[in-house]
Amino acid sequence: MSVDKSTVARIATLARIKVPEEDIDALADELSKIVGWVEQLDEVDTEGVAPMASTAEGTVLRQRDDVVSDGDRRDDVLSNAPDTDKGYFAVPKVIE
Amino acid sequence: MTEKNLIKGQTGDWEVVIGLEVHAQVIAKAKLFSGADTSFGAEPNEQVSLVDAAMPGMLPVINKKALEQAVRTGLGIKAQINRFSVFDRKNYFYPDLPQGYQISQFSDPIVGEGEIIIDMEDGESRTVGITRIHLEQDAGKSVHDMDPRSTYVDLNRSGVTLMEIVSEPDLRSADEAAAYLTKLRAILRYLGTCDGNMEQGSMRCDANISVRKPGGDLGTRCEIKNVNSIRFAAQAIEYEARRQIEVIEGGGTIDQETRLFDANKGVTRSMRSKEEAHDYRYFPDPDLLPVNLSEEFVEEIRASLPELPDEKKDRFVAEFGLSAYDADVLVAERAIAEYFEEAADGQDAKTVANWVTSDLFGYLNKEGLEITDSPVAAKQLGALVGLISDSTISGRIARDVFAEMCASGKDPADIVEEKGLKQVSDSGELEGIVDEVIAKGAAQVEQYKSGNEKIIGWFVGQVMQATKGRANPQMVNEILRKKLAG
Repeated sequence: MSVDKSTVARIATLARIKVPEEDIDALADELSKIVGWVEQLDEVDTEGVAPMASTAEGTVLRQRDDVVSDGDRRDDVLSNAPDTDKGYFAVPKVIE
Repeated sequence: MTEKNLIKGQTGDWEVVIGLEVHAQVIAKAKLFSGADTSFGAEPNEQVSLVDAAMPGMLPVINKKALEQAVRTGLGIKAQINRFSVFDRKNYFYPDLPQGYQISQFSDPIVGEGEIIIDMEDGESRTVGITRIHLEQDAGKSVHDMDPRSTYVDLNRSGVTLMEIVSEPDLRSADEAAAYLTKLRAILRYLGTCDGNMEQGSMRCDANISVRKPGGDLGTRCEIKNVNSIRFAAQAIEYEARRQIEVIEGGGTIDQETRLFDANKGVTRSMRSKEEAHDYRYFPDPDLLPVNLSEEFVEEIRASLPELPDEKKDRFVAEFGLSAYDADVLVAERAIAEYFEEAADGQDAKTVANWVTSDLFGYLNKEGLEITDSPVAAKQLGALVGLISDSTISGRIARDVFAEMCASGKDPADIVEEKGLKQVSDSGELEGIVDEVIAKGAAQVEQYKSGNEKIIGWFVGQVMQATKGRANPQMVNEILRKKLAG
């Protein structure tokens, strides 16, 4: 499958990455090559094989007891934020 | 489908088709994938772990309780439990979603198809299909009105466990949707898996609504987001159905879109249309292994299920001879059902049911109290009914005693004793009073004799006045009829 220019623009929008118009052609070409490489897997016959949800088959999902053991560390949580106020993260106004 | 659900338009009748998605906050002390506290009302960002804040390198570890609660809910709605399920990432960007994705379940949810029986006001019941229940993380909270330039974000709710409970498009009116939400909330509360508190946001509802000519093809649907009370859900559906009918009858078409309900104005309005449809690019979360539940795990939960509203209702009808309507009212909340059963223990259950649903509810409503705050304990209400049953007091006097019980919290027997309210059932005493009344009411005696039997009420009233309401009404009636006939 080849990735066309509009698909590149769409992926960029979904990922919130600003891509200059002049870069799109090159990116489309690069992404097409990556997808093409992965598509080699299509040669494997997977008829009747259930999709694999994990590569760690046989390993059990680790579970936690329902105990409060974390939180109460607001300063840590907010420490990387560019702007905070009254204990909140302050972000550019979101208009819906 | 019943006629009464149809909406009249200018071009004839319309049928509304509704499916509901309910987000129910799971009762658990800690969050779905972190050990942070879930209790309501903390200061902003006090209940956030570095996992919830999506700091790099942090890994989610699932809370066993969340799995238990989802399975418990599934069993409570007689649903298929999927012993294999998968957590996926649902990718989108919003300031209150620090990960840039929500951990949710997409193609392999923990609970599959089930059903909920809804009870309508007219006593009819209908079965509504449940498509699935899946577990997911809640997002944080955005506050838009604290600052003119900034949106404030509080991550306390970020990562709290939600169950998304999806119904089939089986509902046909706003009333049915309200009945569904009421019943679902009751079941969740009985199970102890969600507190159902819509004002605090622990149960929220999205409604998918379309209209069609009866029996026709499904119309294009609109989704109404985040309705936070049962009453608002009914209002939103009612408004949206009529809006869609008006658009179609006016020659327009319905665009599939997301709309918001404005509770102040009672209308739905379009959310600013997105540049393109959402594309969530779901994929299995590589940080989490699939969930494999043992049969033993599921069976242990099944064995611990409480008696649920439907079973309780059937038992109340069979065991106590209650009407389906009364039984519905009493099982609507677990606390009410428990109160009733305690009060009815050893007493006439039908009379107890009447006292609970009329007098007690009347008082609690007036005072704005919950049944758990009732000043009259269940045993005391039962004792009051006992005093009526053994003719110690009449039903009329019982109302006065009840009012006193509400005010003072005293036992009914003590109130009857203190105030001398014991019923007069002594036939000699009553006959004397009846004689006096008959002697005073020559004109009324004349009317009675000329065929106006209703005038007997006047005599009863006089006897009651003379005894301050304490006369045994049956006996008074008997004595009066005997003497007036003579």
